[in-house]
Amino acid sequence: MALYEGVAAADSPEVIIKPQQRWSGIGVKELWDCRELLYFLVWRDVKVRYKQTAIGASWAVIQPLITMVLFTAVFSKLAGISSEDLPYPIFSFAALVPWTYFSRSLNQSITSVVGNAHLITKVYFPRLLLPISAVVGGLIDFAIAFVFLLGMMAWYRITPTWGVLLLPVLILFTMLTALAVSVWLSVLNVRYRDVGQAIPFLVQLWLFASPVAYPLSEVSERWRVLLGLNPMTGVIEGFRWALLGKQVPDTMPMVLSATVVLLLLVSGVVYFRRVEATFADVV
Amino acid sequence: MTRIAIRVQNIAKKYEIAVGRRHDTLRDQAADAVRSFFGPGRQKKTDTFWSLKDVSFDVHRGEVVGVIGRNGAGKSTLLKILSRITSPTSGQASIYGRVASLLEVGTGFHGELSGRENVYLNGAILGMKKAEIDRKFDEIVAFSEVEKFIDTPVKRYSTGMHVRLAFAVAAHLEPEILLVDEVLAVGDAAFQKKCLNKMEEVGHEGRTILFVSHNMASVTRLCPRVILLDSGRILKDGPAHDAVAVYSEHWLDIGASREWLDGATAPGAEIVRLRAVRTRTENGKVADAVDIRQPIGIEMQYEVLEPGFVLLPYLNLHNQEGVFVLEALDLDPTWRGRTRPRGVYTSTAWIPANLLADGVHFVSAGLTTTDPDITQFHERDAVAFHVIDSMTGDSSRGDWTGALGGAAFRPLLKWHTQFKSLERETILHEE
Repeated sequence: MALYEGVAAADSPEVIIKPQQRWSGIGVKELWDCRELLYFLVWRDVKVRYKQTAIGASWAVIQPLITMVLFTAVFSKLAGISSEDLPYPIFSFAALVPWTYFSRSLNQSITSVVGNAHLITKVYFPRLLLPISAVVGGLIDFAIAFVFLLGMMAWYRITPTWGVLLLPVLILFTMLTALAVSVWLSVLNVRYRDVGQAIPFLVQLWLFASPVAYPLSEVSERWRVLLGLNPMTGVIEGFRWALLGKQVPDTMPMVLSATVVLLLLVSGVVYFRRVEATFADVV
Repeated sequence: MTRIAIRVQNIAKKYEIAVGRRHDTLRDQAADAVRSFFGPGRQKKTDTFWSLKDVSFDVHRGEVVGVIGRNGAGKSTLLKILSRITSPTSGQASIYGRVASLLEVGTGFHGELSGRENVYLNGAILGMKKAEIDRKFDEIVAFSEVEKFIDTPVKRYSTGMHVRLAFAVAAHLEPEILLVDEVLAVGDAAFQKKCLNKMEEVGHEGRTILFVSHNMASVTRLCPRVILLDSGRILKDGPAHDAVAVYSEHWLDIGASREWLDGATAPGAEIVRLRAVRTRTENGKVADAVDIRQPIGIEMQYEVLEPGFVLLPYLNLHNQEGVFVLEALDLDPTWRGRTRPRGVYTSTAWIPANLLADGVHFVSAGLTTTDPDITQFHERDAVAFHVIDSMTGDSSRGDWTGALGGAAFRPLLKWHTQFKSLERETILHEE
């Protein structure tokens, strides 16, 4: 009778360790509690990225810039693809800024779990912080490229429309898109390293399946629905609309994109949470 | 009164070990790859291995508990489960209080970042808040003794500096419950001691500590209670000295006598080779158990193959807690300082009765040639013997039959008591 006297009724355990559950929630509160760790993980990645580089953060601009020059030469000058009454360079750059952020987040996230194996096997923290930090970390580069984009807009004397007020929503949408795919990739790469091999290549294909180099209006009605399934379509159309004052994008592809992102994100997080406890054993 | 800090109930952990399939052809490989991509293939053969099985125990607040066991006993798995790095297959554990685990020092240290930056990063990874690190920063740096290099990238640090800085961060964690792995196995001795002291200090503040280690001496020094694991089960859970004794008896399969019959493989080289080590009782019998009230003879037999060297045989003794108990150099006047002709020598050292405490003792036998000093052989833990304490009242424990603290020595000391009565002297005078 006196044996368990010690455990007072008011005493509830801080942590209960149980076998892996099929469904253990997203753990939003825990993620929020660890926001400082997220900050430090992002800070580490950003700091390390440009250590011992000669031109540092200029890389954030150079990559989309060179792609833009290339696209302008090939698609606009050679192939004569329309840019909907906009100068082609700014037409493609406005799409390349979110695209570069997206593709970089993906490439970062693939290794976010595997590359931090030394942390995963030694200390506990919500593992979701890893793909999240990969996605958040890209925002710095995104911001730099974005400022450059604003400069280009001034150069071409383009005044943004009122739609620019929706830009934060669009940026959040871009982040969620990157996160949705990243969560899936990071978790798949733990078990199948094939992901690390395939993704850089698939991202290239994805670029051409998104209306970066061409306007969505050039695509026939039939294919437009299919393109709408690609969440980056919504992101890019949205950016062009908000910044360059292009006509309001069709609702259908936008809604479709948002739905796809939401489905990907929820399923990805659920899957991630289900297998994260085995990371330390598998990674 | 005492409250539970950790409660472990029937924890078990199963690992599946894939038994490799043969991939004879590319076709096989491709088929297998496809199969394994679409979920865990049923055809895959796996062996199951229980790293932990039905492990249950309670740790009360303020208790410092050691976990020992051989490699593969499940110590690390237990710690990983309690640290939530991996989840158990069945069972449940509850942790009451803010917990921090230390499976390694310097987790997450990044070579490109400076010492200062790494303190923050590592602190955050170990669960400290930024404000907390800000507050303790100066103290951490002072403890690490690397003040001068705090803004240098860690990749330029020496190993020692690296470890010291990492330890300094870890030592300043302030959880209610601390789970520690064998992290103390690194760093120089002086710094290790500093950390051990810091952790003991922590223990006295009423913090609960679970300490996993191979290092018997530090386990017994830090932990009054020890849990001994074997093949995933608890073999012994009790006072440190009992558990350590069980550990030693169980696995250190070392007898009272050891001989090397083959001269070519015996310890040593061209000059001299070890041929045998034995422990004997007073009447000359080879025995692995000796009464604490009897002297113990340790004999080493060696063969000198090359004449003309001055030899210095020696014996070292470690007790079951890994404490280096004594070191004895051959003092026999017959051969002291003299070169030795070829032949077989047997040197015996007698350890007096009532000197060593009860428990297992390990004998290491070595031999050095002098001028220049060259170790010819050093056979670690060549033999072992038990010292058995008696309850007859004539050993140093006297009439005490309870447990003793576990000191290395137990000599019969001369005790003298002076007495001065406080009763009124008048009474005595009247009688």
